[in-house]
Amino acid sequence: MAKAKLKEHRINRDWCKGCGICVAFCPKTVLEMDDKDKAVAARVADCIACRLCELRCPDLAIEVEVEKP
Amino acid sequence: MAVKDYIRQRFFPHLWCSGCGHGIVLNGLIRSVERLGMSRNEMVMVSGIGCSSRISGYMDFHTLHTIHGRALAFATGVKLSKPELNVIVPMGDGDALSIGGNHFIHAARRNIDITAIVMNNRIYGMTGGQYSPLSGPGIMATTAPYSNIDQGFDVVEMAKAAGATFVARTTTYHVQQMADIIRAAILHEGFSVVEVMSQCPTYFGRKNKQGGAVEMMKRMKESTTPIGSKAKAENPELIERGIFVQTDKPEYCSEYNRIIERAMGGV
Amino acid sequence: MTRQIKFIQGNEACVEGALYAGLEFFAGYPITPSTEIAEHLSRRLPQQGGKFIQMEDEIASMCAIIGASLTGKKVLTATSGPGFSLKQEALGYAVMAEIPCVIVNVQRGGPSTGVPTHVSQGDVMQARWGTHGDHSIVALTASNHQDVFAMTVEAFNIAETYRTPVILLFDEVVGHMRERLEIPEKGEIPLVERLRTAVQGGVDYHPYLPREDGRLPMSDFGDVHRYNVTGLVHDMWGFPSDNPKIVHGLLRHLVDKIENNASQMAHYKTFYLEDAETVLVSFGSAARSALHVVEHLRPRGEKIGLLELQTLWPFPADVVQQYCNSARTTVVVEMNMGQVCQMVKTTVRHPERVFLANRIDGVFITDADIRNVLRLIEGKGV
Repeated sequence: MAKAKLKEHRINRDWCKGCGICVAFCPKTVLEMDDKDKAVAARVADCIACRLCELRCPDLAIEVEVEKP
Repeated sequence: MAVKDYIRQRFFPHLWCSGCGHGIVLNGLIRSVERLGMSRNEMVMVSGIGCSSRISGYMDFHTLHTIHGRALAFATGVKLSKPELNVIVPMGDGDALSIGGNHFIHAARRNIDITAIVMNNRIYGMTGGQYSPLSGPGIMATTAPYSNIDQGFDVVEMAKAAGATFVARTTTYHVQQMADIIRAAILHEGFSVVEVMSQCPTYFGRKNKQGGAVEMMKRMKESTTPIGSKAKAENPELIERGIFVQTDKPEYCSEYNRIIERAMGGV
Repeated sequence: MTRQIKFIQGNEACVEGALYAGLEFFAGYPITPSTEIAEHLSRRLPQQGGKFIQMEDEIASMCAIIGASLTGKKVLTATSGPGFSLKQEALGYAVMAEIPCVIVNVQRGGPSTGVPTHVSQGDVMQARWGTHGDHSIVALTASNHQDVFAMTVEAFNIAETYRTPVILLFDEVVGHMRERLEIPEKGEIPLVERLRTAVQGGVDYHPYLPREDGRLPMSDFGDVHRYNVTGLVHDMWGFPSDNPKIVHGLLRHLVDKIENNASQMAHYKTFYLEDAETVLVSFGSAARSALHVVEHLRPRGEKIGLLELQTLWPFPADVVQQYCNSARTTVVVEMNMGQVCQMVKTTVRHPERVFLANRIDGVFITDADIRNVLRLIEGKGV
């Protein structure tokens, strides 16, 4: 089965509370906190679309859209 | 249906603190329900009082936000009256096992087809950080300023002893397992108990110097292990995660339907 | 007209009334002297496809019937003093969330465990104020089995009409004594059915927005409208709010919907009141003895009559004033320390003319007890 390919990584800044969980547990260090204490996908090219950030976000602020196969 | 269709988006961002584990449970819950493809009109969510119990307000189901500790009693009335409904009951550790302890053991005893989710952050968060029956000895809390002397319950053991036919435990770190377990719990026909170890960084974390949400989740990863793992044999202090009980016993509403058949048959 | 006739306990008459009204779900817990209600319903309800459950305690029973009511069923629970105390929090929830349900309290000696097998009427004030916060409540009572039946049906009708819990305050004497009951035929007593919303699926449904006629249409759990029910103060969609306008509006609505319709709910019976100079005011089993007194003294030329209250709350002040304001003497007959007497005193024009004839020792008050009090009031000695 082919690995999922990232289409778009979206973070809802209104909902994000800057807890840092997504940043801490991203296996590819794609995410970091910006100067407004919100998460951003700083290195989106490294994203392997594992979607753990989306599943672990307490605020449902992350949507990882994958390419349809 | 998209995952977002299961929530009442107009109330977001939700009221939980930054990093609160309950939001992760909400996340896992809606994904489980979405994967099951259930119609929202057949879902009833009944909760009690506390931070955990606020989850019901955010779900686009029939939602019943009741009184402290009594969610399972309300839910029993809903389910027995209309068994075709899918009844999910998220509760906090204090709500379910302190004031709600009696209703917890009796709902389990009856094996009524309800899914109880104990969102266990080992504290009373909404009232500002008092200890709960799940806090455990040595814990600091606003009502245990010299440290807690109370022993804590083991939710899994209690659920087992009370007769629950599906008993599982996971944590907010183990999100894949959480979604799988919640799905299995909902599908199980009988009383299901899912304990989700959750973090309260604001009170439990701060008072007990356990750091923020990330540190607390790392701790959940390190202090737990799959059921029967080698790690558990080597280190009995580890808390086991997984499905402990999954058996089939007569379900309460089905049994009562048989009573109705007998009664209407003119016995 | 062929009515079914039974010779049964008052508790069973209540069961007959509830079934007549369309009861479909009962949750309860055994407690003297109400247990027979649970026992009869455990047999009768499944015979007609209804559901019965004995819950783990009184609190769970009250909670369970609220849950069941939200699925669209007419519901009942039954208890006595200690259980009634336990139910208060959940009863307040039903008030706040506007959930139709009926709660029977077959009163016994209190306070606390009291005298479980003996009569009292000591829970009148508790029925009014047992649950915390500003609220109104509806409580009905009866002195004989035909009225137990009728008031039980009326309780369900009021519950559905106003979306409110209704308390049936019976007592151990009425609950346990055996008497004749004629069960009306179907259709003889009109029933109020659950009012369901006409709002279509997909259109905004407001569970707490009254119609122009004041009624609040409901929607069953499982049907097309998904809304929230909570004990927190809430907006018309059922979502929590602490906005002062909403708090004020909701609390006033909860009280006004009962108090403004008090006259529609004020049930009572009058005996020989047309020219009465002495008015006995009573309710429940005590009213039976009060009626004996009136029927004994009238042939002897005494201008005495009885006002039997069947609605205790909202307190039927207009009715009491109508019959007592011009009385020379009003004597309230009850088996407690004057809970209704206190209300009568604050209601009538001449409270100094209001007296209490009571008994609080668990023994049923007799006509002799009442006549002794009347003689004492008149200065005649016993």
